[in-house]
Amino acid sequence: MNMENPKTYSRRSFLKSSALTSGGLMLSFTWLSGFRPADKMAELNLPEQWNQVTGYIQITSDNMIKIFCPNPEFGQNVMTSLPMIVAEELDIDWKNVVVEMSTHDNVKFGSQFTGGSNSVRMYWKPLREAGAAARQMLCQAAADTWGVPLAEVTTKAGILSHSSGKSAKYGEMASKAATIAVPKGMKLKDPKDFAVVRNSKKNVEGEKIVTGKPLFGLDYRVDGMLIAMIQHPPAFGLKLKSFDASQTLKMPGIKDVFTLKLYEDGFQQGGFDTRTFNDLLVIVGNTTWEVMNARKKLKVEWEQAGDVKDTLTGRGGKREVIIPGRLESSSNQLEMMQERAKQPSTVLRKDGDPETAFKNASQIIERTYNAPFLAHNCLEPINFFAHVTDEEALLAGPLQAPGWTEPTLSKLLNLPADKIEIQMTRMGGGFGRRAYGQYLYEAALISKKAKAPIKLMYTREDDMTYGIYRPMYTATYRAALDANKKLIGFHVIGGGIPENPVHANRFPAGAIDNYLAEGWEIPSNITIGAFRAPRSNFNAAAEQSFLDEVAEAMGKDPIALRLELLNRAKDNPVGKNNDYDAKRYIGVLELLREKSGWGKPENSGRKRGVAAYFCHASYAGHVVDMVMRDGQPYVEQVFSAVDCGVVVNPDAAINMVQGAVVDGIGNSLYGALTHKDGAPEQTNFHNYRIIRHNEAPKKIEVHFVENDIDPTGLGEPPFPPVFGAVANALYKTTGKRYYNQPFAVDMTKS
Amino acid sequence: MAKYNLKVNGKNHLIDVDPSTPMLWVLRDHLNLQGTKYGCGVAMCGACTVHLNGSAVRSCQLPVSAVGKQAITTIEGLSANATHPVQKAWIEHDVAQCGYCQAGQIMSATSLLKDNPHPSDEDIDGYMSGNICRCGTYLRIKEAIKTAAKASKTQPQKK
Repeated sequence: MNMENPKTYSRRSFLKSSALTSGGLMLSFTWLSGFRPADKMAELNLPEQWNQVTGYIQITSDNMIKIFCPNPEFGQNVMTSLPMIVAEELDIDWKNVVVEMSTHDNVKFGSQFTGGSNSVRMYWKPLREAGAAARQMLCQAAADTWGVPLAEVTTKAGILSHSSGKSAKYGEMASKAATIAVPKGMKLKDPKDFAVVRNSKKNVEGEKIVTGKPLFGLDYRVDGMLIAMIQHPPAFGLKLKSFDASQTLKMPGIKDVFTLKLYEDGFQQGGFDTRTFNDLLVIVGNTTWEVMNARKKLKVEWEQAGDVKDTLTGRGGKREVIIPGRLESSSNQLEMMQERAKQPSTVLRKDGDPETAFKNASQIIERTYNAPFLAHNCLEPINFFAHVTDEEALLAGPLQAPGWTEPTLSKLLNLPADKIEIQMTRMGGGFGRRAYGQYLYEAALISKKAKAPIKLMYTREDDMTYGIYRPMYTATYRAALDANKKLIGFHVIGGGIPENPVHANRFPAGAIDNYLAEGWEIPSNITIGAFRAPRSNFNAAAEQSFLDEVAEAMGKDPIALRLELLNRAKDNPVGKNNDYDAKRYIGVLELLREKSGWGKPENSGRKRGVAAYFCHASYAGHVVDMVMRDGQPYVEQVFSAVDCGVVVNPDAAINMVQGAVVDGIGNSLYGALTHKDGAPEQTNFHNYRIIRHNEAPKKIEVHFVENDIDPTGLGEPPFPPVFGAVANALYKTTGKRYYNQPFAVDMTKS
Repeated sequence: MAKYNLKVNGKNHLIDVDPSTPMLWVLRDHLNLQGTKYGCGVAMCGACTVHLNGSAVRSCQLPVSAVGKQAITTIEGLSANATHPVQKAWIEHDVAQCGYCQAGQIMSATSLLKDNPHPSDEDIDGYMSGNICRCGTYLRIKEAIKTAAKASKTQPQKK
């Protein structure tokens, strides 16, 4: 990236080797095959003193080691934690490491997807193998140079040694090592010998962040770059009818106003190719303020789009779907869901005989939970740089999923993938929003039509009203208790606009003999997508709140009931497809109970709520201590317990859990995007409430279960259970159950 | 369009822009100082916070025509190499997650500490609540401000 020197950018030679593209995404293979002979160094456009040992490690003669980070950074700290994994097996001193974000290269680095709490989980083994292979190549180079057996060469913190007294820095052997074939099947370290991993390292970009260096997409500039904005329809279900740009074009600095189509008719959209509005009205000018102002002078007529047919591919295969044209309002959205819930649903899982269990029940508890659309509101609004010519394309900006974006871009621009370069800048938040490359396609098409390098920029209002939202969800939970207050049946039926939230094979599936999970969906023109722990962020709120009510009806402590059910699932599970490990789940709840002092009387006036959840292969739980303050619920302190396997960078992991807690409190109490006649009613932070300093807890104490399990997810798992814990604490605090998010709004309605 | 001679981070800059242009866009688009961030454009998030004569202001609401001879300091002018006590405290506590809001947070915190060298938790909450952190790093921001306050030479006043 050339952001340190924003005045110029040179198009480096494209590195991608099409010969390997058919090899798929076997990460360990592609990582290790990233080795390039020394004669390719010039192409890399890197200082000659960097000797490339494998595709992602470079070493200078004075032992500085550069590690390329494959996955884009959006605050989860992968630019630090992924290189730490390499450094561990490479056996080097962390203070000699510099980290650079790699550009997108499907062949060399795989999909480079940041999301799904996947980065550390997916790259753990390949990166360890990569570090170990590079270390062995250095050892082999030393063995060959010194004429000693490979087995007798040892390493310590970047120094190669032999018992004869010979020693060398890695850097001295680097160029020789680079000529050795990459070995495979390396023995990896025993976790007890970890010297880098499990030791907190500071954010490698920390100093750049606090000194205001141009790290982000919105900071990316080149000479001659124009600013582009899209005037999108004010409501979902509308489209452009006509426009008059005569006033706009008279404004200073304005270059052009034009329309373009995002996808041509019949375009086959991949799984992440969202289409919010297809006819884009674009304004291009010199500076941001000029474009913002001139855009206000556009005279635009909109009309109803009617039903639209989309051709989708990706998961689920090629299919045509009708996107309904109706203009939705929040009041009828809820009515539509209530109506739909009465119709037959898809059975997602059935164990035992739930119908009979409910028929024979002496008590049935039934509750319905609702949650609104949510806007991601990444603090860096959506933007992307594009410079597209007839021959090639350079794109740079905040993007979570370059590997899924590139194939679509290739089709849209009619350019082969090796003529497209995607640079991933640091992202000012992601939360799932930037997994959808629509804005990047928009930027590319605008640049192509404007025949200029452009920066597409969404204002905050654009970002909030032209989003890829967390869907609106509802779920009804039912529990059947027999005369002895034993839980004999469980039923969940969930639905949403436009997505069904139910995870049918998650707890408490597996713990109850008679179990039924059902789901339904209502198609909509409101574009939706992943939002930090998709579906889980709703399910954990509903299910964990419901389990509290069931525990109360059974006369049991909330943690005791959960442990009882989990022990059943561990010792004698119902069904075969339970997707969680009851033992790890139990471990988190037990750690949480111990660290929070659960059950011990407290005189603070605080009321407690608990919840735990499994998602993204990890387990997390919270105890939330709440008070009423100035008539509003306030979470004063939180205890968190997490099992995510090996914790690579503990202090950063604590930071992320604390952040998830704050985010969860904010969204459960305040978060909502509502619609009126298709138009989002919230447009900026004056009416979309985001949690602020004075609303964050005074203390969030984070504990990790200690084990040697390969890392599982962390960015998302701590987020969903916050919603449930807040709901349960709210009940204890107010004596009333709240079923509709956001809770702070629900409280004002009753 | 009109000409302005602006004093930013101790240097004078002559620019020719529309008088209504907010300082945020003057800094970012005309002076190539990208450290000051755009978050909302309506003074609701604090990402664009800079100092005007040493006090925190939201640069998205400060038209260039209102600046006159007053000195502007941005995150780039706080120190070039993270030696300011607030920047050091931010690194010590490894505050940032995505990092996008942190320049604005630091500029607000610096201004707070100038007016109130030893703020209480409530003082920090009150002053800093105009700065949104979407990643939720508020606890660490508070700890970093306290660390920076301890590093200050001013003695805490008895309250």
